[in-house]
Amino acid sequence: MTKDECKQRVIDIIADIAPDEDLSNLKSDVKLRDQLQIDSMDFLDIVMELRKRHGLEVPEADYGQLASLDSSAEYLTPKFNALAAKR
Amino acid sequence: MNSRAHYDVAIIGAGLSGLAAGVRLAHFGKKVCIFERHNAPGGLNGFYSIAGRKYDVGLHALTNFVKPGVKGTPLGTLLRQLRISREELVLCEQRQSRIALGPRGGASLRFTNDFAVLEAEVARAFPAQVDGFRRLAQRIRETVYSPGSPALSAREVVRAHVADPLLEDMLLCPILMYGGSQEHDADFRLFALLFRAIFLEGLARPLEGIRALLRLLLDKYRSAGGERRMKCGVRRILARGGQAAALVLDSGEEITAGQVLSSIGGPETAALIEAAPGAEAPAAAAPPPGRITFVETVTVFDREPAALGWGEDTIVFFNDSERLDYARPDGQVDVRSGVICIPNNFVSAPGPGLPDGVLRATCLANYDRWAHLPEETYRADKARWYGAIQASIRRFLPPADEAAVAAATVATDMFTPRTVTKFTGRLNGAIYGSAVKSLDGRTALANVHLCGTDQGLIGIVGAMLSGIAMANDRILRPA
Repeated sequence: MTKDECKQRVIDIIADIAPDEDLSNLKSDVKLRDQLQIDSMDFLDIVMELRKRHGLEVPEADYGQLASLDSSAEYLTPKFNALAAKR
Repeated sequence: MNSRAHYDVAIIGAGLSGLAAGVRLAHFGKKVCIFERHNAPGGLNGFYSIAGRKYDVGLHALTNFVKPGVKGTPLGTLLRQLRISREELVLCEQRQSRIALGPRGGASLRFTNDFAVLEAEVARAFPAQVDGFRRLAQRIRETVYSPGSPALSAREVVRAHVADPLLEDMLLCPILMYGGSQEHDADFRLFALLFRAIFLEGLARPLEGIRALLRLLLDKYRSAGGERRMKCGVRRILARGGQAAALVLDSGEEITAGQVLSSIGGPETAALIEAAPGAEAPAAAAPPPGRITFVETVTVFDREPAALGWGEDTIVFFNDSERLDYARPDGQVDVRSGVICIPNNFVSAPGPGLPDGVLRATCLANYDRWAHLPEETYRADKARWYGAIQASIRRFLPPADEAAVAAATVATDMFTPRTVTKFTGRLNGAIYGSAVKSLDGRTALANVHLCGTDQGLIGIVGAMLSGIAMANDRILRPA
């Protein structure tokens, strides 16, 4: 999986959680919370959707890694690839 | 014993809080089943049919209304958490509502979904109090309703900002009527929550009433894989070692569940708990049953109530006595204060509105004086109080020609505290539950949690948020 594909997976999740947000002009290097109105409950839903849809566990200590799309891709892409290798 | 069904979570009660919790849990892969004693979902916010006509119970107005696009409010949180889009839940806003106090409603404050209207009304009617009122509104905006924040008397806090006792009562009246489980006063945090919900946000209604919302929740729940057993309540919770070890259903069947969410009320849940065979008796700490209950009359017309002269008001909170007396009355009903609701005065989108004209009137009542009447007396008392309530509410509505009202009336109905208990199991018909809330949802058993009214959140939006919060905090991501 490429980092762009990984970003798209995160965007897909946000689109389902917050269908009222405009995601067409998201900046990858800016914190999601600074461009979208997402609160801590929404944020926890992103983590839970990653587990539900992709079997990815994000421990609480790593939540900060999901702050922006770039940092999410940096953190999640190797995890996605490791999971794919196992299957 | 090995054939007992096992669930990750068993939910007691298919009301709004139980259904909302169910949607969250099923969505995130929990094996969950909702057990409901009644044959229809909804609980305290249900519906029934008589002669092909459908009546809502509970719902007057959905509070917390904000326009689509306004984010960061309870309604937005609720919709996101349940994955409901604004297109799926079409809401019709109120036209205007009033708080009317005094023998003929002479002291009146109009409000709409624009808070500036209420502010201007307070400035007009109570010019010396408006600065204090604005400071109170600011304090309310900053108040958080959580186990960590202190419980205060709402009357004391209001009084610290507003010196006129009439204005104090006018602010308390809608809040108590729409969610007061204590007599005379409320926890200020709850007061603030409901003040925000009613005045700072606003009132609306799904066009088809509560059925629209229930259908949406049931669809979400079903498509997420949730199970539901209707006409099958939970009869007993068998406790062992401080945990619910098994649930005995109305069918006599026994099931087990890792966690139990109970929406049926604090005292009602405590009453189900007993020791499992051979186990020690569990520590019993039952909160007291609530004392506040209501009767409601419903009058159906062949035309819009506005055509009978009753104007644009959607909701009218009224009280005629010197001071607001929010308490269990000594008599069967206290017609001095209550709530009028005209569902036709929610603005519907272009297209057909409601099929009938409807006028609802709600007044405080005494459960004991309704509970044990022989059937014949019960019916006669209902008919008598129906008339007394209509006479009382006329004082707070624009005048109408009574002959025209009678000619336009096509059906009437009335429910009493006894009806509430019969269909929801709430002790004393207490629709707002016990005066003692469990904000963290804890019960005497470690794996049994409360959601809904007795977890402390009130109203339709409150009930759903309670179910969501307890599903999240107690089951999906326990700290």
